[in-house]
Amino acid sequence: MKIDHPRAHRRACLRLVLILLAIWFSVSLGCGVLFRDWLDLNMPNVGTAPFGFWMAQQGSIISFLLILFVYAWRMNKLDAKHGYADEDE
Amino acid sequence: MNQDQLNFIFIGITFAVYVTIALRSRAGSTKEYYTAGGGVSPLANGMATAADWMSAATFISMAGGIAASGYDASRFLMGWTGGFVLLTVLMVPYLRKFGKATVPDFLGDRYYSKLARGVGVVCAIFICMTYIMGQMNGVGVVFSQLFGISLTKGVLIGGTIVFFYAGLGGMKGITYTQVAQYCVMAFAYTIPAIFIAIAMTNNVIPQLGLIGEYTAGAGDPVPFLEKLNTINTDLGFSRFTDGKMSTIDMFCVTAALMFGTAGLPHVIVRFFTVKNVKAVRKSACWTLLFIAVIYLTAPTIGAFARVNLIESLHNTSYKEAPAWLGNFEETGQMAWVDKNGDGKIQYFGPEKLDENNKKYGSNKVFQAKKPIYPPEETPTGQLIGVHGERLLAVKADMSNPNELWFGKDIMVMANPQMAGLPKWVIALLMAGCIAAALSTAAGLLLVLSTSISHDLMKNIIKPDLSDKEEVRYARIASFVALSVAAWFGINPPSTFIAETVALAFGLAASSFFPTLLMGIFSKRVNKEGAIAGMVCGIGFTIGYIVYFQFLDGPKDQLLLGISPAGIGFVGMLINFTVTFIVSAFTPAPPKEVQDMVESIHIPSDAGDASH
Repeated sequence: MKIDHPRAHRRACLRLVLILLAIWFSVSLGCGVLFRDWLDLNMPNVGTAPFGFWMAQQGSIISFLLILFVYAWRMNKLDAKHGYADEDE
Repeated sequence: MNQDQLNFIFIGITFAVYVTIALRSRAGSTKEYYTAGGGVSPLANGMATAADWMSAATFISMAGGIAASGYDASRFLMGWTGGFVLLTVLMVPYLRKFGKATVPDFLGDRYYSKLARGVGVVCAIFICMTYIMGQMNGVGVVFSQLFGISLTKGVLIGGTIVFFYAGLGGMKGITYTQVAQYCVMAFAYTIPAIFIAIAMTNNVIPQLGLIGEYTAGAGDPVPFLEKLNTINTDLGFSRFTDGKMSTIDMFCVTAALMFGTAGLPHVIVRFFTVKNVKAVRKSACWTLLFIAVIYLTAPTIGAFARVNLIESLHNTSYKEAPAWLGNFEETGQMAWVDKNGDGKIQYFGPEKLDENNKKYGSNKVFQAKKPIYPPEETPTGQLIGVHGERLLAVKADMSNPNELWFGKDIMVMANPQMAGLPKWVIALLMAGCIAAALSTAAGLLLVLSTSISHDLMKNIIKPDLSDKEEVRYARIASFVALSVAAWFGINPPSTFIAETVALAFGLAASSFFPTLLMGIFSKRVNKEGAIAGMVCGIGFTIGYIVYFQFLDGPKDQLLLGISPAGIGFVGMLINFTVTFIVSAFTPAPPKEVQDMVESIHIPSDAGDASH
């Protein structure tokens, strides 16, 4: 079954990517750099590490991993919904 | 069995494995040579990409950088992994759908001009050259450490091995070898970290140790990072968890690394080896997972190593210092100058206060960037000091009390020795370091040589080139490239490997990233805009880097205090702006190009990557 909805599909993909990139920015450059000092002071420590420092050295990387998993999962669903599903490899 | 023999055995075994794999999966056709035939499984590609990605800089230098600068080194951690997210969600699925073998291929078709392809080739060569220099330097550091020889000889030996090795298998050979190399690297990196975490923090998982408590010293356990902060401030360094870089500089360098990563040609082409777009996404998840194993461990190694180094050396008399100190003096990676003549090693930072409560402002040990030694034929009395230390040929810098110098790059390699780990762990680590340098150098060399043979010779200069000649040009190109890289590996523009590599990312951020991004997501951007943008972006970035890094431009002239490593971010903004303005005043691209942009957004029927 192949239904052609290139435009709707593209818009949905773009929306997903933009949302994920917003998260991407806030966990790394946001938490890790721009608001680090504030977060160090005002957020609870992670273990014994200040929050901003931990985000910069560990948390951001863990978040990136989650972002990619969500991306792969949602994109595959979007493809399927719009009839672009590849037969499985 | 002594350490050297063990090192040889471990490295020998891993080499035998790599060569066997490379020989067995030798490329049969140019298609296999460039993209491994397009049928690599997502898991295998994930491992191979992770190995390709994790260069000598990551493996050897990053933990050392973290040890030396604490929070500031987070720029490498976030920059490189964060860039991977951009690469995955914005670039590779679309480029894979487009289905050509190289990045300049895409530029040439999307911007319907040979000039765009040509500019792409030049950018690719610049980026890969800068990057590969760092690798060669890394190879040199490892080999010189391993065989106790000079850096120059180390680089030459490493370069020769890389050349034979990369010539063997093309993309197909490299891919499966990299899988093996990743496994070696992952074990080599995490096992020492686990050992040390247990010793220092009583935690099996290093990441928990970092945020746990320091239990090794006498007295009650203290939070580990707190301990590190105290050590640092006592000796006159800035707090480990604070940075010294300004927020804007930190932001720009991190961003440049991120956007640069997303434009790195040797990582992009890795994704042309899997079957389809769905496999690309899956493969990217695997890759980042494998990368994260190492990246999440690096901060722990850096922090542990620093505590270890200071605890075992500071205020220890030289005669009682551990044996590894002597080994590192031998290879010129560490040096001690007994300024106050008490026979003890003192290690201080630039913020150490003198008697009048004034900061010394510097912790230079001697009046040179690197230790310089007297020639070998000088009498022993001038080579070895009264305490048995190796003497230097440069004058001591007496304006401050710091007596200990060490290259940042040795942290990872010295760490297991410092922590007194079993010999086989050290041998494993050595094998890992070499795997890291080899895998990245091989991947880069492949891109470099394809850029020249495929994009430059075949598609621009001599379209009637036969497959055989194309591969011959690729070999010649890799030889020339490697020679140049080796020269720079011996005379690196920056003493710190990661710093050199960071420059390559700036170049990628200011050239490929914006141009590829707009090529994928805009139908309106045309060739005039793209070419002008690339030239302005990379031109500005190179100019800035050359002026400040090589011509020693004064620090107060820096734009907003942004260091050369971060200027790629500004170069990227320039590229975007120039491209948009020029495109707006010139005609839109032809219909078939617009249709092409439309089609790369449709994920199915990716087909085979062809060349």
